[in-house]
Amino acid sequence: MNITLEAPYLPLTGKRLRQETSRDDRIKFGLMAVIGLYLIVALGAPLFVMLSKSLSTYRFDLAAFEFQVSDETRTKWGRVVTGDALNRTLAAVAEADLASSTDGRLAATKFFPDFSFRSPVHYRIRGTTDDAAFLVGSTLEKGTEWREYDSGTFRRIMLRPARTLGLDNFKTYFSTPALARSIYNSVLMAAISTVVTISIAFALAYGLTRSCMPLKGLFRGILAIPILVPSLLPGIALVYLFGNQGIFKDWLLGYSIYGPIGIVIGSVFFTLPHAFLIILTALSIADARHYEAAASLKASKWRTFTTVTLPGARFGIVSAAFVVFTLVITDFGLPKVIGGQYGMLAVDIYKQVIGQQNFEMGAVVSVILLVPAILAFAVDRRMQKRQVALLSARAVPYVPKPNARMDGICFAFACLVSFFILGMIAMCQIAAVVKFWPYDLTLTAKNFAFDLMDGGGWSAYANSIRLALLTALFGSVIVFAGAYMVEKADAFRFGRNVFHFLAMMPMAVPGMVLGLAYIFFFNNPANPLNAIYGTMTILVVSTVTHFYTVAHLTALTALKQMDPEFESVAASLKQPFHRLFFRVTLPVCLPAILNIAIYLFVNAMTTVSAVVFLYASDTKLASVAVLNMDDAGDIAPAAAMGMMIFYTNVAAKLIHALLARGLLARTQAWR
Amino acid sequence: MNRHMFFMLAGAMSVVLPAIASAQTELTVYTAVEAVDLDRYKATFEKSHPDIKINWVRDSTGVMTAKLLAEKDNPQADVVWGLAATSLLLLKTEGMLEAYQPKGVEALDKKFVDKDNPPSWVGMDAYVAALCYNTVEGEKLGLKAPKSWDDLTKPEYKGHVVMPNPASSGTGFLDVSGWMQMWGEEKAWSFMDKLHENISAYTHSGSKPCKMAGAGEAVIGVSFEFPGAKAKSAGAPIDIIFPTEGSGWEAEATAIIAGTANLEAAKTLVDWSVTKEANEMYNAGYAVVAYPGVAKPVEHLPSDIAAKMIDNDFEWAANNRATILKEWQKRYDAKSEPKS
Repeated sequence: MNITLEAPYLPLTGKRLRQETSRDDRIKFGLMAVIGLYLIVALGAPLFVMLSKSLSTYRFDLAAFEFQVSDETRTKWGRVVTGDALNRTLAAVAEADLASSTDGRLAATKFFPDFSFRSPVHYRIRGTTDDAAFLVGSTLEKGTEWREYDSGTFRRIMLRPARTLGLDNFKTYFSTPALARSIYNSVLMAAISTVVTISIAFALAYGLTRSCMPLKGLFRGILAIPILVPSLLPGIALVYLFGNQGIFKDWLLGYSIYGPIGIVIGSVFFTLPHAFLIILTALSIADARHYEAAASLKASKWRTFTTVTLPGARFGIVSAAFVVFTLVITDFGLPKVIGGQYGMLAVDIYKQVIGQQNFEMGAVVSVILLVPAILAFAVDRRMQKRQVALLSARAVPYVPKPNARMDGICFAFACLVSFFILGMIAMCQIAAVVKFWPYDLTLTAKNFAFDLMDGGGWSAYANSIRLALLTALFGSVIVFAGAYMVEKADAFRFGRNVFHFLAMMPMAVPGMVLGLAYIFFFNNPANPLNAIYGTMTILVVSTVTHFYTVAHLTALTALKQMDPEFESVAASLKQPFHRLFFRVTLPVCLPAILNIAIYLFVNAMTTVSAVVFLYASDTKLASVAVLNMDDAGDIAPAAAMGMMIFYTNVAAKLIHALLARGLLARTQAWR
Repeated sequence: MNRHMFFMLAGAMSVVLPAIASAQTELTVYTAVEAVDLDRYKATFEKSHPDIKINWVRDSTGVMTAKLLAEKDNPQADVVWGLAATSLLLLKTEGMLEAYQPKGVEALDKKFVDKDNPPSWVGMDAYVAALCYNTVEGEKLGLKAPKSWDDLTKPEYKGHVVMPNPASSGTGFLDVSGWMQMWGEEKAWSFMDKLHENISAYTHSGSKPCKMAGAGEAVIGVSFEFPGAKAKSAGAPIDIIFPTEGSGWEAEATAIIAGTANLEAAKTLVDWSVTKEANEMYNAGYAVVAYPGVAKPVEHLPSDIAAKMIDNDFEWAANNRATILKEWQKRYDAKSEPKS
């Protein structure tokens, strides 16, 4: 689809024009390089640093310590021996146990089997390298100088591990059953949720495109709601609905909502709109002539369905399946709230980093989480390439005919799903305004007094709005400019392909992984960009990067609709590209740009995963506050904050609709 | 220093920069103290020390500890005021704390002060392991309130007990290390084996079990006294029980970060943090404070909590933490999948 100016369009008049275009090209190339560099700094480099972090291991280097023991009179000292030599004769510590973590400690007394803290014997210890470190109780000692301790103190000597490179972290990961099991759990949950979500989404989309059921517009609106709330919110709603004090607890027949059941129900809730929209688009492109042919061949309804409808939507379904799978396996908020003891990869990263300060293991889990996400992404890309245009110019749009029974079924099903979505939101709304569920059901506004709780208070809410606005503003500019370079620049095919590849990558990188990679990359004093760590800037950069791909694709689609003739005409009129850009391209693509902006705004309001590692105390966010308040057990205020995010996103959507209508009336009159 | 300048510039939106730069020393203070208490602490300190301004950076204990460790090579904090002593010990073993003997530290209860001389951290107050028992749900199920840790292993409590996961919660770890110090490792493990049978969930946060008990999501929450008293004031039908065997506890403590550019101001703050006046201030939420004789009873809490506290060896706990957690995860994490 890359369009290059072909020779016949170029007027053969002479040098001046050539210079003009080549100057344009240089500017375009420069811009592309800048945005490409942005993606490398904001994505490539942090991921690389994280990968190397996962290979950074801690191990007790016994050869780095030397010991010496005195006799009881403390006048004669024995031979100098290394810890390594002692361990070889004693086999006190098995080879496998030498692998450790940042927090590892190894008691020095392990190498002295006849040690007694009452003995008058003294001990000497030193490192053979400057980095060899040990603790005396809790005081850190380093270096090659001999230090002497009585046996009472020697009891408190703990060797510290040294940093090396290797695959030990991965070995530890796979030999820890609780951790390795998370891979299975995550894949299983993602697979089940995908099947359920796709079935529901397909049935809904089918109803909306192939039946004459009433209220189609309303259902579309309701089905978009889950996008407007953080994925934590369905978790909170499920606790209230099916938790131990839940209204419908009995429906679970004694099973607990905390765990797989909750994860699947919640995942279906928050992934449904994504799957629904993709499948709806796929089903909308139907050629009525196929159905007429099927009818005239007297094919049964089922046969028509399996030979016409399904194949037509095939790619949409596959695409939706991968989107849902990736969303579920990389989501962190929902399993955190409702997952109970059911280990999931994304939550493991959080537990390792925040719970145990084990950054290396967090990086290992991140690398592991990247694998299924990238696989799903790669398969989906391959499938997309094989998609061929279904809609030829002669296609006749399909118009469903009324069929009372069929319409009734579709309507009932859509009502059921809408009831499920609205029920979840309503439950949160009720929880947010009730005093003390379930013992005191009087109405109150006290759950909105966020300043009295953990999480960051109302300033977190203000920060979230700031983040969302900044992300929408800068994100739209960067994304659209980047897409423009990919689509409309003439030469540098290679550069454009690299850029396009970079732009597609964020889709495959889970937010948690991105966030953790940012810590490693930006919180390094040697990094000149270190200054943005802990500021609003890093939150904006991470959010723009996290949601880059979908925005990029939207911009590309809009730009592809523009006839390349515009460029050739502009060139032949000796107009510089920026004039064309601002006078024609931009106004034409305005609807797409507004869509990108609202997409980024809504996601910046609800995202938790990338920013949970990156916020600082003065840049706390509403979505993180929901997480932290739930974590501290303040579920009602968490629901209240979640609802604040919901109201804000609904308001933003309305403003977007109004704005779009006003602006479009002025700029899109030609359509 | 460059980063400090940057932060000051970045944060200068609401403040007129020049007026402050000349007159006051600004201290970046990391804390995990409850959000509601921060303004009070700041106001009380700044009233007597108008030349020093506190800039709080607050988060939960786990996040704060992770943040401090992540910033190890490039510390942003001047002082840590109100973080778990175990976390501070972790920082100490990384060589991140500046040892300092605050003026008047002799007056404090010894168990609240780092054993080394000069000490690297000094305590403010303690939070003590306790059980939150939901009387309404207990009655519905025909249960009796537990009196001791040992009671928790009774079969009738099966599926009704929630406790924090020691691997991700400091409170969870203080429970485990408390049991080990009281009973020895072997007995503690066999107790936990039996307790594990009754646990319905291990939470990430230490105060959550108590709030879950308060909301009836669990009957018994293994937690600490502070969220218990808070939940009770909010209307939760719970009793706060201190087990008869004794309770593990954790100190909230103060320390200076090594390499701070504002050492004198940091020392002034730490000096003040051990005064009687400061301890009276801690007493508003915490029933046990470091300064003997200061503490007045706190609503909903018994007055003799200090007597329930075991003789806690912070150094032992910190140095054995990694080993204990590894064993804990091996025993309980792998099989803590829901069984039904």
